[in-house]
Amino acid sequence: MRRVAIAGVGLTKVGEHWSMGLKDLFAEAALKALDDAGTDDVDALYVSNMCASTLQGQLHLGAMMADAIGKSGITALNIEAAAASGGVTFHEGVKAIASGLSKSVLVVGVEKMSDGLPESVLATQSMSEDQEYTAYTGVTNVGLSALMYRQYTEKFGAKAEDIAMFAVRSHENAEGSPHAQYPFKLSIDRIMASPMEADPIHMLECAGIGDGGAAVLLRPAKRASDGVEVAATSVATGAYYLSGMRDLVSFDAVRLASERAYKAAGISPRDVDVLEVHDETTIAGVISLEDMGFAEKGRGAAYVAKGNTTRGGETPTNTFGGLKARGHPLGATGLYQIGEVALQLLGEAGACQVQDAEVGLAQSLGGLGSTCAVTVLRRF
Amino acid sequence: MKTSGTVGIVGYGAYIPMNRLKAEEVNRVWGGSGTPIEEKSVISIDEDTVTISVECARYAVKRAGIDPGEIGAVYVGTESKPYAVKPCGTIVAEAIGATPRVTAADYEFACKAGTEAFQTCIGLVSSGMVRYAMAIGADTAQGRPADALEYTTACGGAAFIFGKKPDRTIADLEGSYSYVTDTPDFWRRGLEMYPRHGNRFTGEPAYFSHIIGAAKGLMGELGTEPKDYRYAVFHQPNTKFPINVAKMLGFGMDAIKPGLIVPYVGNTYAGSTPLGLAATLDISAPGDRILVVSYGSGAGSDAFSFVVQEAAPGERGSDPSVSKFIARKCYVDYSVYSKLRGKIHR
Repeated sequence: MRRVAIAGVGLTKVGEHWSMGLKDLFAEAALKALDDAGTDDVDALYVSNMCASTLQGQLHLGAMMADAIGKSGITALNIEAAAASGGVTFHEGVKAIASGLSKSVLVVGVEKMSDGLPESVLATQSMSEDQEYTAYTGVTNVGLSALMYRQYTEKFGAKAEDIAMFAVRSHENAEGSPHAQYPFKLSIDRIMASPMEADPIHMLECAGIGDGGAAVLLRPAKRASDGVEVAATSVATGAYYLSGMRDLVSFDAVRLASERAYKAAGISPRDVDVLEVHDETTIAGVISLEDMGFAEKGRGAAYVAKGNTTRGGETPTNTFGGLKARGHPLGATGLYQIGEVALQLLGEAGACQVQDAEVGLAQSLGGLGSTCAVTVLRRF
Repeated sequence: MKTSGTVGIVGYGAYIPMNRLKAEEVNRVWGGSGTPIEEKSVISIDEDTVTISVECARYAVKRAGIDPGEIGAVYVGTESKPYAVKPCGTIVAEAIGATPRVTAADYEFACKAGTEAFQTCIGLVSSGMVRYAMAIGADTAQGRPADALEYTTACGGAAFIFGKKPDRTIADLEGSYSYVTDTPDFWRRGLEMYPRHGNRFTGEPAYFSHIIGAAKGLMGELGTEPKDYRYAVFHQPNTKFPINVAKMLGFGMDAIKPGLIVPYVGNTYAGSTPLGLAATLDISAPGDRILVVSYGSGAGSDAFSFVVQEAAPGERGSDPSVSKFIARKCYVDYSVYSKLRGKIHR
């Protein structure tokens, strides 16, 4: 298998882009990544998107987006794996280069959510769960997370304020991020005073809704000038139903995907200098930290509250704001995470820069932990 | 847009129904926390857009002190017509004694239908086609139960009579500006009882973009700046939006406070900006310059720059001020409100 490098990164600002459609968001990110790589050469396009089929009534994004950047003729397709779409699509793009079948692969996540009415967006997000068994009940993704949250606090006695600190940290890190949707601090008091989204999860403990496009260009890795090396990618699935989970305080898919990625990259959690975690809710972030081995089971919230995940902490986490503050344009989120880790390793993170980062990891979740994608990047 | 000769407001009148529903009462029934206003006005069982229009039109004629037979145009801007086919304008014209030598019709442009009627009346007076023209903005606005709009959708209106110098004017128009795009942020289809809206889409690309476009466009044409205005009135769908747009344009709270009635009245839709202007005129002094900018979904804004003339406040105070209508109130609970607004039936 060939070594693979990220040769270019392009990120649009996450936000409510009222004057930009799917194609505009896609094109801005894709062209930025090509500019960053200093090339116009692409032989395959992997698009990551979750919601276009329902929110825009749009399928067949591969050919559509290839045409949008004047690349008709190349291989192009769309991949969907709920909110893990970005990580899963990246995994497939890497395989195309590693196998030798492609030489220059553009992987782009794009999502346009702000045009959708809240009920449509919620219904679309719920489509990541089984319509015949779970989603039909009307439960939201945050509602399902709330069940895990209750179990977690009952089992480990974790403080609600410590769990909510995950959101505080993400917002602290978002300050100065050029592409974050909410680049400002948020106090623990304000979070705890916000209305309940799904008791006991407060509204300000949840990622919001935003539009965005994030792109990376993949090429064979030969030397440092090629960019950042992809040390490992892995995708794992877990139980599709809460009732099938081994326990309600752990994501098996996260554990499996991270173990496989560590093994493939030849690293352990201690080697990770910069980390991007899927904090769709604070509790999902806390449990993910534990399942990837950065904190002991049941101690993740305290780990965050003590400052270990700040930019200067033991494990700098969500250094551009994470899903909570950078924003969470579902199908694009995984590519934002990977692009941000690449910027950190290249020393191009600006005000968000973590010093001397050599190894970075990005983790994304689809559904309630039923798909997990983990990507490990390494500086040459 | 500039007029031929000096066109101004020769009379105005307001009307706000007496019933009030507290926003907290909506929370009591439907849950939720936080409220966008304090309370909103609600029609009584025998009130509708026509009765509101007639009330404010009569006060406007009285305040103007003119012969209603010389009013050559009566336009009612509303999105809550009692009849789908049958004009409110004819009923109002008849009620105030302006018929039969009059042009009358209803305007629909969501919350800016009233100020759209301003533009037409200003044009008719400016051209000399009519001596006086009356524009009314009035609504009994609809909000779906438990929708965010239910806190604010209110009832009320204001009528303005435009004339031309040398007739006596209360405030002279310096210029107007309309800014319209096809922006579907809020709509109600035929036979539907309640409107639908695009949630946050109704903010930045709709309300703010159009109001700022119209305000800047007008001030650019007139060579004026925010500091040149003593008062400003912006469409007020809630308390937050007009305060924010004022800040964005460079107007202070002192400028918008007299016309900011939404916390106590609610959003009277086509009546909202005209009522804000009426409340501001109530307390203004000769020489005061007033910027008025409406917003109507769909979408567009009309901006006007007025300079208050020599009429003394006492002269205008012979008819009820907006503040008197605001103070005159009777609280209803959600059940009575539901009956009055046709949400429940026998």
